[in-house]
Amino acid sequence: MRVDGYETGGFYDEMFDEACQPRAEARLLLDTISALGDGQLERCQQAAERILVQLGITFNVYGDSAGTERPFPFDLVPRIVTATEWDWIERGLKQRIHALNQFINDIYHDQKIIKDGVIPEEVVRSAAFYRPQCVGINPPKGVWCHITGSDLVRHSDGRIYVLEDNLRVPSGVSYMLENRDLMKRTFPQVFDGLRVRPVFEYPSLLLETLEAIAPRGVTTKPVVVLLTPGMYNSAYFEHSYLAQKMGIPLVEGRDLVVEDKSVWMRTTKGLRRVHVIYRRIDDDFLDPETFRPDSLLGVPGLVDAYRAGRVSLANAPGNGVADDKVMYAYVPDMIRYYEGEDAIIPNVPTYLCWRDTDRQHVLQNLETLVVKAANEAGGYGMLVGPHSTAAEREAFAAKITANPRNYIAQPTLGLSRVPTLVGDQLEGRHVDLRPYILYGDEIRVVPGGLTRVALRKGSLVVNSSQGGGSKDTWVLEAGGR
Amino acid sequence: MRSEPMPLLSRVADSVYWMARYIERAENVARFIGVNLNLQIDLPLAPSQQWQPLIETSGDAETFKERFGLATQARVIEWLAYDSQNLSSIVSCLRFARENARSVRETISSEMWTQVNSMYLQIQTQRSLPEPERMLDAFREIRMGCHLFEGVTDATMSHNEAWHFMRLGRMLERADKTSRILDVKYFMLLPSIRDVGTPYDDIHWSAVLKSVSGFEMYRKKYGRITPSDVVDFLVMDNEFPRAVRFCIKSASESLQSITGTPIGAFRYRSEQLMGQLRAELDFTSVETVLRSGLHEYLDRLQLKMNGIDEGLRDDFAVRTTPAVASQSQTQGSSTAPTA
Repeated sequence: MRVDGYETGGFYDEMFDEACQPRAEARLLLDTISALGDGQLERCQQAAERILVQLGITFNVYGDSAGTERPFPFDLVPRIVTATEWDWIERGLKQRIHALNQFINDIYHDQKIIKDGVIPEEVVRSAAFYRPQCVGINPPKGVWCHITGSDLVRHSDGRIYVLEDNLRVPSGVSYMLENRDLMKRTFPQVFDGLRVRPVFEYPSLLLETLEAIAPRGVTTKPVVVLLTPGMYNSAYFEHSYLAQKMGIPLVEGRDLVVEDKSVWMRTTKGLRRVHVIYRRIDDDFLDPETFRPDSLLGVPGLVDAYRAGRVSLANAPGNGVADDKVMYAYVPDMIRYYEGEDAIIPNVPTYLCWRDTDRQHVLQNLETLVVKAANEAGGYGMLVGPHSTAAEREAFAAKITANPRNYIAQPTLGLSRVPTLVGDQLEGRHVDLRPYILYGDEIRVVPGGLTRVALRKGSLVVNSSQGGGSKDTWVLEAGGR
Repeated sequence: MRSEPMPLLSRVADSVYWMARYIERAENVARFIGVNLNLQIDLPLAPSQQWQPLIETSGDAETFKERFGLATQARVIEWLAYDSQNLSSIVSCLRFARENARSVRETISSEMWTQVNSMYLQIQTQRSLPEPERMLDAFREIRMGCHLFEGVTDATMSHNEAWHFMRLGRMLERADKTSRILDVKYFMLLPSIRDVGTPYDDIHWSAVLKSVSGFEMYRKKYGRITPSDVVDFLVMDNEFPRAVRFCIKSASESLQSITGTPIGAFRYRSEQLMGQLRAELDFTSVETVLRSGLHEYLDRLQLKMNGIDEGLRDDFAVRTTPAVASQSQTQGSSTAPTA
């Protein structure tokens, strides 16, 4: 297969430099690809897709009546991260998560950061995911964000930025693990000569993290379960996958009951005590007695048991206060405040529409900016200026004026690209990177992550709900090639 | 000291039990169709005689009649295999089996899930009846797919509580199906009593045996085919894996593994009913059965098996609406039945 006619199209490309020459770390892989016969890569790609269907590795598409399950598109050409760059990413993420965790704990206790005038109280109070019910709670070891999936992007300037923190219920890690398996199964020759760091230990590290936060006073091996909204949730595959890999029960709300401020599960031999819940249900649906009373997914009394220290929840309810896109703009300040250091990985410059000057600037420059609702995820509630119509911009201007607190804007990032199989040739497609950070006794980052790719030509939206797919992510071993 | 394994979630027990039942059900339907296709070549009969009994075995003759009228081969096969409105059709059984499997993917092995999923995807692609020359193969493949599932289950999953719930479901379903096919065929064969001892009679009884893959094993044990030996073999045999007695023996062993109750005792209603049925099968002779009337006997047998199924639900199954008062009493003792 020819790789010499590949065009970077003026974007930063993860595999080719500005002169369209292979980067050093990608050379071996590109040699292997160019040695492939006609159609061989396509055949591997098709084999991979068949395996995905056979294994039932699918996600459920909301609002799609025709066939609720779909495989998450997978592209065989991996994304490569050098050892040096990974080392920097890992240090940056650890620093950031440590600071964010201190911030959340501070917000639900003394609020020093507000008293010291670093962050306006109003911003915290109005954050969509601030939960007054969580004030004063002391989660084990003071950890609020046990599992985080930060989104990183590389801009045209070649630098990596944090785009979002995803502290609440981040998903996608099962695809990181399955993508590697799929690569090994369908395209094993590409690993020849390279030392790619393994990712398989993630489930063990996750289980260790969850066991580390058992309620105080539990002396036996804690009973850990994974709480899912059920098999019709879009991430159900991941829930069952992780439960299986960790060897823990996958429970639904109806399997649990709270008695005497403890949580029990209904088994064939009566009720059994549960100590740690890795919950994949949003705060709002967790406990109808504390949050949304109409929730049928949660467990009545769960938050009471949690507050009493009889059960641990990961992630801790209320940690989304730091997930707000307005709060995001303050993360570099938080790092300076709590860590006494500058942020290692920079933030994307962010305009906060509630500030008059910022809002003026945003309204005047809508066609060059990306506008986001402060509390939406999954690529919803978003305006990509350069790709928008005048009518869409007008509609957004009205929304911003009506509710400035709910909107932020950022420059349109020229997300970097990775060669991707399109038909029978390689074309550049935009990607981001979501590494997964675990926080129990210590903070750990698995070397790798989910590389999401916008499969539509020119698209910058990588979300699976909007035509995105994924790639394997190769973090190279230090001293490896 | 080894720690006691965590008991199964009630919901999971329910799902694996039904997953196994639905796979077994799909296999049996494929089996019935296959044998009838064979029989038709040896002994062509009017469709009402040839295909109607299959509709009766599956127990939904009313709906079929309303929708299709006369039971022709094509209509019956369509209805029993590919019609998703028939909740006992092969395609429905595999769909339910897969739904259940999907809800317990973390409990079963990946190999098991992959097998259920591929069987489901396979039948989904079969939009219309197979070509005549593919017909027998198509149903053989479904049967083998179900066997593969059973084999994969035995070889890749720990024989733990969930495995025993699956075996329980599979064996109860199988006993039910064997008794049904015997009942319907016996009922059909009675009017032709004048054929007794003729080749036609032989062909019919052979077909009954073949529909449960029992023809060869029967021959080894009894040689000549006689109705009372066939009944003895299919109901009372202790070694043939589709005989009712064998199935109930296996089911009761699994139930015992689940509860941990010593042999000869019971703590749950389902255990009591299972024990009674097992003893009855162990100590009844085929002559007694035939004297009291086979149809009546099989009817009672099916009722008893339904009773066991209900007992299992009461003893182990999920209660979606918590009865808080009774739970505060059960949570302290770890072995108290939930019923």
